[in-house]
Amino acid sequence: MAEPNLVLNNPGSDTTRELDLIARVQRGQNELFYELVRPYERRVYAAALAILRNETDAEDVAQEAMLKALANIRQFRAEARFSTWLIQITVNEALMRRRRERTVVMEGIDDRRDEEGEYTPRDFADWREIPSEALERKEVRQRLADALERLDRKYREVFVLRDMEQLNIQETAETLGISVASVKTRLLRARLMLRDLLAGGWEQGWFSRLPFEKGSKPW
Amino acid sequence: MVNREDANCEQVWREISNYLEGDVDAGLRAAMDKHFGTCPKCRSVLDGTRNVIRLYSDDRMIEVPIGFGRRLERRLVQGRRVGSRGWSTWSAWLVPVAALVLIAGGVRIASSSTVAHPLQSEHAQPGRDIPPDMLVIVSTGAKDFHVPGCGVIHNKDSARTVTAKEAIEQGYVPCVRCMRKYLQTAEVERTSLEVEADASLDAEDDGIRARK
Repeated sequence: MAEPNLVLNNPGSDTTRELDLIARVQRGQNELFYELVRPYERRVYAAALAILRNETDAEDVAQEAMLKALANIRQFRAEARFSTWLIQITVNEALMRRRRERTVVMEGIDDRRDEEGEYTPRDFADWREIPSEALERKEVRQRLADALERLDRKYREVFVLRDMEQLNIQETAETLGISVASVKTRLLRARLMLRDLLAGGWEQGWFSRLPFEKGSKPW
Repeated sequence: MVNREDANCEQVWREISNYLEGDVDAGLRAAMDKHFGTCPKCRSVLDGTRNVIRLYSDDRMIEVPIGFGRRLERRLVQGRRVGSRGWSTWSAWLVPVAALVLIAGGVRIASSSTVAHPLQSEHAQPGRDIPPDMLVIVSTGAKDFHVPGCGVIHNKDSARTVTAKEAIEQGYVPCVRCMRKYLQTAEVERTSLEVEADASLDAEDDGIRARK
């Protein structure tokens, strides 16, 4: 049984229109910059929030990052994805903010084991695929966000950049300044821990209240 | 290292993320597929992990504060204004700064050559018909030049003797007492000495241009 690659590697956002916008902004039409970055503003904010864990700081850093991107737009080269370039600027900005302000961050769950150690899944309940329609419900989104918040920082940052921001493994490593091997290890743990955290939530009943289940458990 | 033919649960968990990334070789993939077919626990872990990736990669998982886009756009507009204002401010300063640099440069050049100093007193009169080779007394910090023996020579400790031509070139003016006779008919028009000094400077300038 062949498992298809489920992870998006390139959302294909660098359209001709985007490249045209980039070229025009690089020639000095700065008023077009917001139009260029608008498709990515949510991802930029999410990247900042994953690192800073504070909405106000995340928004401020997102804005600063966009201004920095505008100021350095002539340095952008088309061989890179524009979205990745923006995310990398944002992450750098957020990491600098965190270092500068020496923010005391209450960390989420940490498995307290060495990164090289094994992570054993805790929950083996069989769960059926959750349809994407579930995300229409704020309660589901909040549960997922809460689970993500409980991850230790090093796992959360890798997971957000790879699985939410769609950077590839190499880009994630470069952005965070860690090795590819570390990215893979942290990504494995983040995914397994989130699965365990969410499986626990399913079992506590909140999932069973979703309309698509019609009173029956999905597994 | 995973047994290529018969992976156990721990081995599968260790590689499950790479498996979902498509980052395992064909042999390992086949071994894992075989395991998933017979192990409901690992199949559950695979389904759950895959579900996690699908859910979190959905754009709806990213929520921004209300008004985020509007505030961002406004900040970018403000940033552009500041940027352009910064340029305007800079360019507005550029002209006077450049002028100062040129003036300073001019002064420096003047100091290094024999360009005449400006008159050192706003009340000074240039005098006229002063013999160029006439020996006069000048002193540091003073404004006038004097005939030897004048009673109002200032800073006598630094007094030195120069010709009238040299004194005028250095910006000194005739003393209103000892040089009175040269001032009684003084006019705004340039003296013969000044004309001579200018001619000398023109000659030097020509020499500089020729060297260039």
